[in-house]
Amino acid sequence: MSLGLTLNNARIDYAGHTLFRDISARLEAGSWTALLGRSGCGKSSLLRLLAGLEMSDLHQLDLATDDGQPLTDRVAWMAQQDLLLPWRRVIDNLWLGDDLRRRPRNRKLAHELLAAVGLEGREQAWPDALSGGQRQRVALARTLYQQAPVVMMDEPFSAVDAITRLELHDLASRLLKGRTVLMVTHDPLEALRLADQLLVLRPSSLPGHGAELERLPGLGAARPVPLDDPALPPAQAQLIARLRDSEEAA
Amino acid sequence: MKRLHAMRHLVISALLLLGLWQLIIAVTAVPPYILPTPQAVLEVLIEKAPLLAHHAGVTISEILAGLVLGILLGLATALALAFIPRLRRTLLPMLLISQVIPLFAIAPLLVLWLGYDMLSKVVMATLIIYFPVASTGYDGLRQTQQGWLDLAHTLGASPWRRLIHIQLPAALPALASGIRMAATAAPIGAVIGEWAGASQGLGYLMLNANARMEIDLMFAALLVLVAFSLLLYFSLDALLRALMPWHRDRLTRLS
Ligand SMILES: Nc1ncnc2c1ncn2[C@@H]1O[C@H](COP(=O)(O)OP(=O)(O)OP(=O)(O)O)[C@@H](O)[C@H]1O
Ligand SMILES: [Mg+2]
Repeated sequence: MSLGLTLNNARIDYAGHTLFRDISARLEAGSWTALLGRSGCGKSSLLRLLAGLEMSDLHQLDLATDDGQPLTDRVAWMAQQDLLLPWRRVIDNLWLGDDLRRRPRNRKLAHELLAAVGLEGREQAWPDALSGGQRQRVALARTLYQQAPVVMMDEPFSAVDAITRLELHDLASRLLKGRTVLMVTHDPLEALRLADQLLVLRPSSLPGHGAELERLPGLGAARPVPLDDPALPPAQAQLIARLRDSEEAA
Repeated sequence: MKRLHAMRHLVISALLLLGLWQLIIAVTAVPPYILPTPQAVLEVLIEKAPLLAHHAGVTISEILAGLVLGILLGLATALALAFIPRLRRTLLPMLLISQVIPLFAIAPLLVLWLGYDMLSKVVMATLIIYFPVASTGYDGLRQTQQGWLDLAHTLGASPWRRLIHIQLPAALPALASGIRMAATAAPIGAVIGEWAGASQGLGYLMLNANARMEIDLMFAALLVLVAFSLLLYFSLDALLRALMPWHRDRLTRLS
């Protein structure tokens, strides 16, 4: 089930302007990686590139999986927008992948996941009748439903309240055990609670190179790190200082 | 509930028009051979019901046949344009040219080529419906949100499954407005065809009545045409809404 990834020479240009180039990273099998960086620095673009999505402009990537097989069909991608299909009821959105691949639906799993993200009883609702946070939770449930070995999530918990977010951290940690996860987040606390390593996309010191990746270790504790863990507050302060410094260094 | 509401507005509008009609007659004192009274029209409507029904049957068949053909051909064109890029260069300009040719101008030609009976009228109605369906369908298929296509890609969809589950449903609201437009245009096509040359149909009846100064019969025929066109619009609208229970558009509602 676990599948590690190594990426090298990642590069994206938009309209002749280099977003980043020569980016390398290692995503260990079964580990969580948090991707941080200022708004507009290219996190979503990097995720798209890794997920094998169509890119409009110049792009490049050397991606190696640990088993040497292509990543296609083994990666679940949760976009920054929820991308729920308005013509499918909530539960039908979960098994969209099954319908697209002509596979049998797993009703039990779908109902369990919706209940787990707190949407029991809303299975038959139209997505347009949900709040932004509820929609995001459906999108999360759909991503979990795929049971892919590699999971890429773009700000998966950004639209919910603080308490729900903590609950979703527990849920995702439990359900994504053993998966290789790459998660974009703007929340330093979230990154530290969940990730084994943190990657910060920040302006490169080399002119014309756009952004570069800085790797920071995680707390190294069990996931999710409890909120009252004494290591958490100083690590958070340190990370925020680091994010600020990396911006000024450039 | 909402539907009943719309119907009530329609009835009120009709009554208002009727009142205006009476008022014009009362104020201007136009002679009945220029503008008949509503009562006179109603009398003809009852008296000549079998005649009107016969001609209405012809025109309605033409409209329905044109509607079905126009929608099918329009849909096929939209799909071809959306999925065969090489077709676009030749088909798109042709589509545009076909649209700017005034139908009035080619109606006599169609009658000349296809004859006096129903075929030329069906073709006319088809032509007038074809363009709005093809162009709105193509626009709808083309403008599928990129994120949904990306999602379909990561979910391993084949082009065919993607079309069925993503692109077609996404195009449906746009296509529906094209079909609504077509529903109002179809009767025009059929009647123009009948004016250009026919031996039956409501258009033929109107021309004939006009020539014989039977202005009340002409109005009765017109009324039947309007009633059917409204019925057609509302039935299609209800069908389209039933096809899209998730879609809540209040803008196109006639109320
Ligand atoms: N399709 C595109 N064409 C041109 N430019 C693009 C395209 N997509 C993104 N960009 C640009 O690339 C940059 C990075 O965008 P991206 O969405 O990857 O940022 P991000 O780090 O995810 O930001 P945020 O945290 O706000 O989501 C932005 O400046 C954006 O304007
Ligand atoms: Mg982003």
